[in-house]
Amino acid sequence: MNALSIRNLRKTYNNGFEALKGINLDVQQGDFFALLGPNGAGKSTAIGIISSLVNSTSGSVNIFGHDLHTDREKAKSCLGVVPQEINFNQFDTVKTIVFNQAGYYGIPRKRALERTEICLKQMDLWDKRDTVSRRLSGGMKRRVMIARAMVHEPKLLILDEPTAGVDIEIRRSMWKMMQTLNDNGTTIILTTHYLEEAESLCRNIAIIDQGTIIENSDMASLLARLHVDHFVLDLSQPLQTTPVISGYKIEQVSDKVLNVLVPKEIGLNALFNQLSSLNIRVVSLKNKTNRLEQLFLDLIDSSSEGVN
Amino acid sequence: MNVLIPLRTIIFKEIVRFVRIWPQTLLPPAITTALYFLIFGELIGSRIGTVDGASYMNYIVPGVILMSVISHSYANVVSSFYSTKFQRNIEELLVAPVPNWVILTGYVSGGVIRGLLVGFVVALISLLFADIQVHNYLVAFSIAFLTSVLFALAGFINAILAESFDDISIIPNFVLTPLSYLGGVFFSVDMLPSFWQTLSKGNPILYMVNTFRYGLIGVSDVNIELAYLITGCSTALLIAVCLVMLHKGVGIKN
Repeated sequence: MNALSIRNLRKTYNNGFEALKGINLDVQQGDFFALLGPNGAGKSTAIGIISSLVNSTSGSVNIFGHDLHTDREKAKSCLGVVPQEINFNQFDTVKTIVFNQAGYYGIPRKRALERTEICLKQMDLWDKRDTVSRRLSGGMKRRVMIARAMVHEPKLLILDEPTAGVDIEIRRSMWKMMQTLNDNGTTIILTTHYLEEAESLCRNIAIIDQGTIIENSDMASLLARLHVDHFVLDLSQPLQTTPVISGYKIEQVSDKVLNVLVPKEIGLNALFNQLSSLNIRVVSLKNKTNRLEQLFLDLIDSSSEGVN
Repeated sequence: MNVLIPLRTIIFKEIVRFVRIWPQTLLPPAITTALYFLIFGELIGSRIGTVDGASYMNYIVPGVILMSVISHSYANVVSSFYSTKFQRNIEELLVAPVPNWVILTGYVSGGVIRGLLVGFVVALISLLFADIQVHNYLVAFSIAFLTSVLFALAGFINAILAESFDDISIIPNFVLTPLSYLGGVFFSVDMLPSFWQTLSKGNPILYMVNTFRYGLIGVSDVNIELAYLITGCSTALLIAVCLVMLHKGVGIKN
C-alpha cells in the first residue's frame, strides 16, 4: 500500500509563478524516502499541500488511501509534519505544546497525557516538560516539534529539513531517532540539504527541480549510476610535475596533494601501481565528494540545460 | 473523531492565555470603568440630573458595561488569532483534522468568555456607584451574549485580514471606539439634533447598547425587536464570512 500517492499535482501562485508542474509521486508504506531539490525547486510547496498549509491548483493527494480533499479527516490523522521553521507558541511550556496537539487530533485527555509523556521521553525532553519553550536550545526546539508530530501516532511522518542548523552531535542523535521511528513502522519522508544524511538514511529518493520530478528511484540504483569517484591523495614527497596516467584525470592542488578522478571500471589498484612505478608514495587518501551530492549536482545541471 | 475535544482544547487554551496575562486583560477595564463611573457618573452626572427618568449614573452603567464587552470580545480574538498567525502556530490547527467551524467556534468562544467576564467585573464595580434593579435578565444576558459573539467574529475577520500588528489596532481605534462612544453610551439619542439622530440610527452599537439598557433599567431609545433582528442578522452574516474565509484559506494559506 502507498503511504503517499500524488497525482498530477499543480500549484500556480497568485503572482503567476508555477511552483509545481503536475508532479506524480508514490511513497511505499514503511519506506524512508528522501525528497531532495535545490532551494525554490518546489519541495516546500509539495509538502505544504500535503500538510494542508498550501492550496493546490489541481491534482490529488492520497495518504494511506484517503483523499486529502474528500476524506480529509482520515487523511490528516495518518500524517505528522515536522516543519522547517519553529512554529509553536514560544510562550507555552513543552508539555502544553504536545498535549494541545493531541487535543487537536481528538485524543481524550487521559490518553493525550500518556502520549505526551511517551513522546517527550522518546525525545529526551521529559525533564524539560514544564520549561517555557522559548528558553530551549535550537536542537531541543526541533525535538519538541518531532514529539508534537508523533503524539497522535501518525503512520506517515514528514520531516522538512529537521537537522538544519543543529550541531553534529544533535544531528547524529536525530538520525538515530529517525531510524528508530522508521524501524518501528513509521513511513518517513525526509527533505534535507545534507545529502550524506539522505544517502545514509533513505532507501528511495525523488529529486525535484523547477516544479518537476527529475529523478525517482531507489538509492542504490541511483548511486550505481555514478561512473567516477573523486579522491584527494596526500603524498610523502613534493612533486615537480603533475603525473600523467592513462585513464585517470589528475590535477595537482599543491606540491604534495593531488586530485584524481577515478573511473569505476578501472578502480584504484591500477592507479596505485602506476604511482608506485613513478616513485610517488601515497600517505593517505580521502573521497572528496559525497556520492549523492555529485549525482544531485549532475541531475540538477542536466535539468537546467534541458530547460535553457 | 470527537470534535468536542479539539473545540475544548482551543477554548481552554484561549482562557489560559487571557487569564495568564490578567494584568493586561482583566485589570485595565476595571480601573478605566471605575474612573468613568466616578468622573462621568458621580461628578458630572450629579449636575445632569435624570435621563428618561433614570439617574445619569444608572443611565450610563449599561452602556459602559456593554462597551467593555464589545471591546474585549473583539480585542481577545483579534490579538490571539493574529498572534497565532504571526508565530505560525496556526499550522498546528491546519495540519490536524480540525474542522473550520471548530476553529471559529473555539476562538470566538474565547472572545465571548473574556468579553462577558470583563462585563461581569465592570458590573460588579458599578454596584459601588449605582443601585440597579435588573428589569429583564433574559434581555440583558441575551443581548450581551449576542453582541459579544458579533464582535468576537468581527475580531476574527480583522485578524485573518491583518498583515501586521498595526492592522489589528486600526479598527478598534478608528472604528470601534468612535462607534461605541457615539452609540448612546453616555447620552440618549433624543438629546441630539434631528440630523445626528438620523445618522445615529445607522450605528448598530446604538441598538445593542439601548437593548442592554432596556434589560437593566427598562429604558431604550430603539425598538427591541429591531435591535435583535439587526444583531442576529449581522452575526449570521459574519459567521458566513468567517467560514468562507477559512475555507478559502484567506490570510492563513498560500
